[in-house]
Amino acid sequence: MLMAKVFFKGGIHPEYQKDNTSTLAIVKMPLPQKVVVPMQQHIGAPCELLAEVEKIEKGVEVKTGQKLGDNKGFVSAPVHSPVSGKVVDVGLYSHPLGLKINAVTIESDGRDEWDDSIKPAGDLQSLSADDIRKTVREAGIVGLGGATFPAHVKLSPPEEKPIDVVIINGAECEPYLTADHRVMLEKSEDILFGLKAMIKALGAVEGIIGVENNKPDALQIMERLVAEEENIRVCSLPTKYPQGAEKMLIYVTTGRTVPAGSLPLEVGVVNHNVGTAVAISEAIREGKPLIERVLTVTGAGVNEPANVQVRLGTLATDVLDFCGGLKESTLKLIIGGPMMGLSQPEPDVPVIKGTSGILALTDEDVYLAESSPCIRCAKCVSVCPMQLMPTSIAQAAEHGDYKRAEKLYAMDCFECGCCSYICPSKIPLVQWIRIGKAEIMKRNNK
Amino acid sequence: MIINGKLVVSSSPHIRSVESVQSVMTDVLIALFPAALMAVLLFGYRALITMIIAVLTAMLVEAVWLRKRDIFNDGSAAVTGLLLALILPAAVPWWVVVVGSASAIIIGKQVFGGIGYNIFNPALVGRVILVVSWGGHMAGDIWSTPHPFAFGFDVSTVTGATVLASPEKAVTFSLPEMFIGTIAGSMGETSALALLIGGIWLVYKGHIDYRIPGGFMATVFVLGVVFGGGFYGNHLMTGLFHLVAGGVMIAAIFMATDFVTTPVTPGGRLIFGIGCGLITMLIRLWGTLPEGVTFAILLMNALTPIIDNFTIPRQFGGVNNSA
Repeated sequence: MLMAKVFFKGGIHPEYQKDNTSTLAIVKMPLPQKVVVPMQQHIGAPCELLAEVEKIEKGVEVKTGQKLGDNKGFVSAPVHSPVSGKVVDVGLYSHPLGLKINAVTIESDGRDEWDDSIKPAGDLQSLSADDIRKTVREAGIVGLGGATFPAHVKLSPPEEKPIDVVIINGAECEPYLTADHRVMLEKSEDILFGLKAMIKALGAVEGIIGVENNKPDALQIMERLVAEEENIRVCSLPTKYPQGAEKMLIYVTTGRTVPAGSLPLEVGVVNHNVGTAVAISEAIREGKPLIERVLTVTGAGVNEPANVQVRLGTLATDVLDFCGGLKESTLKLIIGGPMMGLSQPEPDVPVIKGTSGILALTDEDVYLAESSPCIRCAKCVSVCPMQLMPTSIAQAAEHGDYKRAEKLYAMDCFECGCCSYICPSKIPLVQWIRIGKAEIMKRNNK
Repeated sequence: MIINGKLVVSSSPHIRSVESVQSVMTDVLIALFPAALMAVLLFGYRALITMIIAVLTAMLVEAVWLRKRDIFNDGSAAVTGLLLALILPAAVPWWVVVVGSASAIIIGKQVFGGIGYNIFNPALVGRVILVVSWGGHMAGDIWSTPHPFAFGFDVSTVTGATVLASPEKAVTFSLPEMFIGTIAGSMGETSALALLIGGIWLVYKGHIDYRIPGGFMATVFVLGVVFGGGFYGNHLMTGLFHLVAGGVMIAAIFMATDFVTTPVTPGGRLIFGIGCGLITMLIRLWGTLPEGVTFAILLMNALTPIIDNFTIPRQFGGVNNSA
């Protein structure tokens, strides 16, 4: 087993709260009666409805795995029907991002009949790198860790930037979430297969599976699995948030520093989440497009916390009902983890490709008090994994001095939230930085 | 499912550390406890009374100014009050303490806008006001001489000069005595040992950055060795003498590390510490006035915004924006 080569500066040790669900095997949720499939579940160009669906609109019959929407743009990923049934609505629907986005609502017929187009892509030996990329793209696979960047794009680096290392991200550094942990325990072979496919597609030399050392069972399973592999190793990562952040993970596993403002391919690395590896494996081995995922439903507000495998498009309401419903004391509903997840005004939002968890926090865990003036303790400076000055950037943004915010490297912030977490004055630092970043982008695009 | 429109929506992160301004200030008070205890052990009941007056005055003045009922509030006034007491002679008259503590809170802190907005260390502002107003009670030969374990002894009856007054005076005390604190001086500054215990704990808790006290002490030591003239045994011993004599320890650990008035960047903190040490030694070796550390820190406080501006750290994977 590889050990971390270096440690990244900064980071925090929040209460992990993973014990509620880390020992619970993944349960498959029965097919929901209704799914809502947004046309945008990824970073990049939104999908356009396919002609046949659009033409018939309501009433058209679809099969499981049938493509519903696509976009010709390179940075995009198609979406597929997660169930078989009838399209009952096409129109704007609430999205976890907090907006209304064009979506297809399908009523399940309960039969789960798969589309004829679903068939295995072939075995890995016979597939070319291009075949793999095409399969991944057609399956609509995006980064399942939450960033939802189309996976085939990461598998298509420009020729002048050869990739030698593929890193599989099993850090799962967000508190509460255990979905990746369970996937590593229960779908480890798929992870290995997916990794091999990526290595082949990229012509890489080496694969590294990085797992935080608070998941010793996952480390052990992965380690046993790769024992026979010459070029694949497991790396035990120190448990520290945000260990799973792209740049931190690359730094700790390979010692390479991704230059500010650049992508990992700049240092010859591509990394993918464990869930993405599983999805790629299923796409190649079974021809299955990305229509379901594993997510953790947890938090003190959930009656029966669980790791659930659900069809995409299932409404959070239905998933929560499957987990025994919410407690009266629930005060915050979050899609994703507690550090970077999005709080929702209502549970009527669909599970999308990037939904790694549904978290219900109660009045006991939700911080409501107001912030007080900055005492310049600089704890935010010392926890920032990007080595920024969060308090100064936030102050500049608050004063509308976006030039200064930019000079203080606001654009390098990836919004992990360590600064807001640690602040004794409870200043929403990362919120101000987000405002600053949005303004800087607006100005630079002019 | 029970949802009745009460879901809270806010920007991530959705969890916060339990640390608050109050808990941090409470930790600073705990870190000052060894020094406060030593003050009482060395200087008896007069030290205890001075501390109580200073802390109560600071808390009351701040509560009245802010119109808050909770006089402990965020704990910062108590810290200011206690720090001020620890840098006063144990036997200073009670009204001097009241004036000093009230000025520290009002002139040192509240007129700037309260916690987070003051430029100068409030406790040191309080001290400077006392020194320039009632020098007779604050400097010269009035420093109380310690009487260890004699709680009831009135130390105002026996006074003497500090070891910094003259080389002849200095050599009459050994380094271990100065380290433990059984020498004349401000009641909380004499025991380097007690201050170090508190300082190590604060570094361990992550409340202070080792760069400030480290830079401060290293500079004092090096300049003491090089320019101290070796009057205290030899050059090396003279460096150590400057480290444990006077207010360097309490200043480096508790005054120069005040959050509000010091830089936030790692590099800036090192520069700040070194600057404090440099000015302290300039005043000690070539100046005519006492109060080396007090003015060193206040001057560096004034430079804090500039230091921060020139020490913006390169981000991870750094490209320089300002180039």
